[in-house]
Amino acid sequence: MNDMRIIQRTAGMNDIKIHAKGVDVFYGDNHAIKDVSVDIEDKTVTAFIGPSGCGKSTFLRCLNRMNDTIDICRVTGDIRLDDEDIYDKAVDPVQLRAKVGMVFQKPNPFPKSIYDNVAYGPRIHGLARNKADLDEIVEKSLRRGAIWDEVKDRLDAPGTGLSGGQQQRLCIARAVATAPEVLLMDEPCSALDPIATAQVEELIDELRQNYSVVIVTHSMQQAARVSQKTAFFHLGDLVEYGETGKIFTNPDDSRTESYITGRIG
Amino acid sequence: MPVYWLILIVLGLAAIGYVAGRGRAIASNGGDPRGLHSLPSFYGHNVALSVMTPAFGLLIVWLIAQPILIDLSVSADIPDSAIAEGQNRSLVMSDVRRLADGLDLMVQDGTITEADAQSATADGDLRDRLADVGVALGSDIQAYVLDAAQTYRGMASTGSLFMWGAVLLAAIAGFGISYAKTNKDFRARNTVEQGITVLLIGAACIAILTTIGILFSLIANTFEFFRLYNITDFFFGTVWNPSFSGRGGASELGILPLLWGTFYISLVALLVAVPIGLFAAIYLSEYATPRVRSIAKPMLEVLAGIPTIVYGLFALLTVGPFLVSVFGKDTVGWMSGGTAVITAGLVMGVMLIPFVSSLSDDIINAVPQAMRDGSYGLGATQSETIRQVVLPAALPGIVGAILLAASRAIGETMIVVLGAGAAAKLSLNPFEAMTTVTAKIVSQLTGDSDFASPEALVAFALGTTLFVITLGLNVFALYIVRKYREQYE
Ligand SMILES: Nc1ncnc2c1ncn2[C@@H]1O[C@H](COP(=O)(O)OP(=O)(O)OP(=O)(O)O)[C@@H](O)[C@H]1O
Ligand SMILES: [Mg+2]
Repeated sequence: MNDMRIIQRTAGMNDIKIHAKGVDVFYGDNHAIKDVSVDIEDKTVTAFIGPSGCGKSTFLRCLNRMNDTIDICRVTGDIRLDDEDIYDKAVDPVQLRAKVGMVFQKPNPFPKSIYDNVAYGPRIHGLARNKADLDEIVEKSLRRGAIWDEVKDRLDAPGTGLSGGQQQRLCIARAVATAPEVLLMDEPCSALDPIATAQVEELIDELRQNYSVVIVTHSMQQAARVSQKTAFFHLGDLVEYGETGKIFTNPDDSRTESYITGRIG
Repeated sequence: MPVYWLILIVLGLAAIGYVAGRGRAIASNGGDPRGLHSLPSFYGHNVALSVMTPAFGLLIVWLIAQPILIDLSVSADIPDSAIAEGQNRSLVMSDVRRLADGLDLMVQDGTITEADAQSATADGDLRDRLADVGVALGSDIQAYVLDAAQTYRGMASTGSLFMWGAVLLAAIAGFGISYAKTNKDFRARNTVEQGITVLLIGAACIAILTTIGILFSLIANTFEFFRLYNITDFFFGTVWNPSFSGRGGASELGILPLLWGTFYISLVALLVAVPIGLFAAIYLSEYATPRVRSIAKPMLEVLAGIPTIVYGLFALLTVGPFLVSVFGKDTVGWMSGGTAVITAGLVMGVMLIPFVSSLSDDIINAVPQAMRDGSYGLGATQSETIRQVVLPAALPGIVGAILLAASRAIGETMIVVLGAGAAAKLSLNPFEAMTTVTAKIVSQLTGDSDFASPEALVAFALGTTLFVITLGLNVFALYIVRKYREQYE
């Protein structure tokens, strides 16, 4: 635990961006998320930690209604984005997802060129006025995804031809390019080397100036480094949620402490 | 004794070999199957395969070679002088074979004894008695034909005796050798797997050799045709006007009107089938609920099971008259008869819909869900996702499906015969009757035309041309698919 740079950041006086209350998720009969309530703040990085299969990805996917694409998945409870119920019938999930972007656990570049992968979002949302504009967005996003130097000479090459870690960063760049208000990142650094990880963490810190970021990670160090708030999930329950510094130094629940010190998980 | 007894005996030997090989392997390790190099069943399979492979291989070669050799030798024995006026050697030989078979049949039936069969004479009621067992001979039996038939039978029975001996010997030798080799260190697993590889290669070779065989018979006849008919007149002639049985002067056999008909009708068919099939596939795979899909997909596939002759009747009796009532002389007067390019094209298009939709549906379904999620996650709508992510990813497969449908369209015959008419014409008007290459192949080979005339042989030239075109289409399809594979995987 020594190498953890726990930075005591000023406890946010930020607004609540996403307000989740009493959320339950079922996959058929499997009760994957049990009565979870979380308030995710604006301009804050929130980390979800917990053992494998505890429901981190599932909960993350609730926040931009990606669970809609799974037939057997049923979500109940109340989730509000800027005080608007996102599961309301009047809400268009497409617009919601434009505001709440997502980087998936498994990299999933489209079978298109690297350029088209990144330009995909800006194109469908009409974010660029002209080609030069689009070029600029693509370059900026790829730089923020810490992959520009590696691909700048082969923007026409297929995105599926990149290495696993490169694909992961391409997907980050792709998500950033749409300029979402909230960015959900499911283990964005699972296949990255320490240098690329540091660059992505820098990006997350930078995004925090304007957006809200939720990151799922299995690295305690990473959670401690980048986040201000941490939520610990265990077997579908939200065990503890609070200031990152407090969770890592002085958790209330014994399960949290065991997990952080490596005794369960 | 019939050959299937021999096959049964060899199979029996193989079964015994399996048990024996397995037993010997286990025994060689002191009754413990664990220390063997391979699982005990591999030793058994090894012996069984060693029995069957040489025996059946020899059997197949023998069954193919024996009739050919006997034919040659019997045919050489018939002097030229004996062959009657207006006959030729191959006709005589076919009589010989028929007579020999007939005698065999009679012996089998018990109508006559073997001794009687050998001493049968050409005169008397032999021909009638042969007719009774179902062997009809064209003319009275000539003495020399009967002689030849007797020689034929003699050689055939000696031959099959030798065959029995050789095959059994091969089986027993295979048994002995592999059984002797069986012990606990013998690498039976590797040997059996090699044997299976050879089996698979053999199957592939048969498929390829058959294709080559078909191709050669086509090409030989095509060359024969080009000896009788000018090659440039065939490929660049714009008139198709064959005259039958040498009546009424020379034929004009230009392929262009037929090719044009083929392409025009296929084009209309694809214009119908590709959009409808593709849209149906997109609906089924992306929008339909599982319940709708489970009902609609089999129903669409029923279309593929309808015989094409039924489609032909549909074109002739329903679509044709309907189109005439819409475009006929009562209204705009574009169409004079029910048989037309548009009739055949529309019906053929309907026939192709399930090909396009079913294949495309499978291909679209194979696009990973993660790809769709990625697109939805960026705030794309379902139709944007389909157009910009799913379809491009599925494109190589879809192109393959379309080209497959095109091959079907080009090769289709019955719908054309009944729906498009028989007039070979070069015209742009889709309401006129036209015909295709396949339909003309049928009409050139049916009827009582002489098989050596250019009017009949032209069918092979047409067939070869069609073959080359479909081959080109398939190569093109492969090229496209490969090109996209390189880009997207
Ligand atoms: N598509 C699905 N269909 C059915 N069950 C699912 C599905 N996705 C997840 N589950 C179930 O939901 C539970 C939580 O899964 P989830 O993917 O959210 O875990 P996780 O915390 O992200 O784990 P990891 O750290 O390994 O990614 C698991 O029990 C899993 O089996
Ligand atoms: Mg997960």
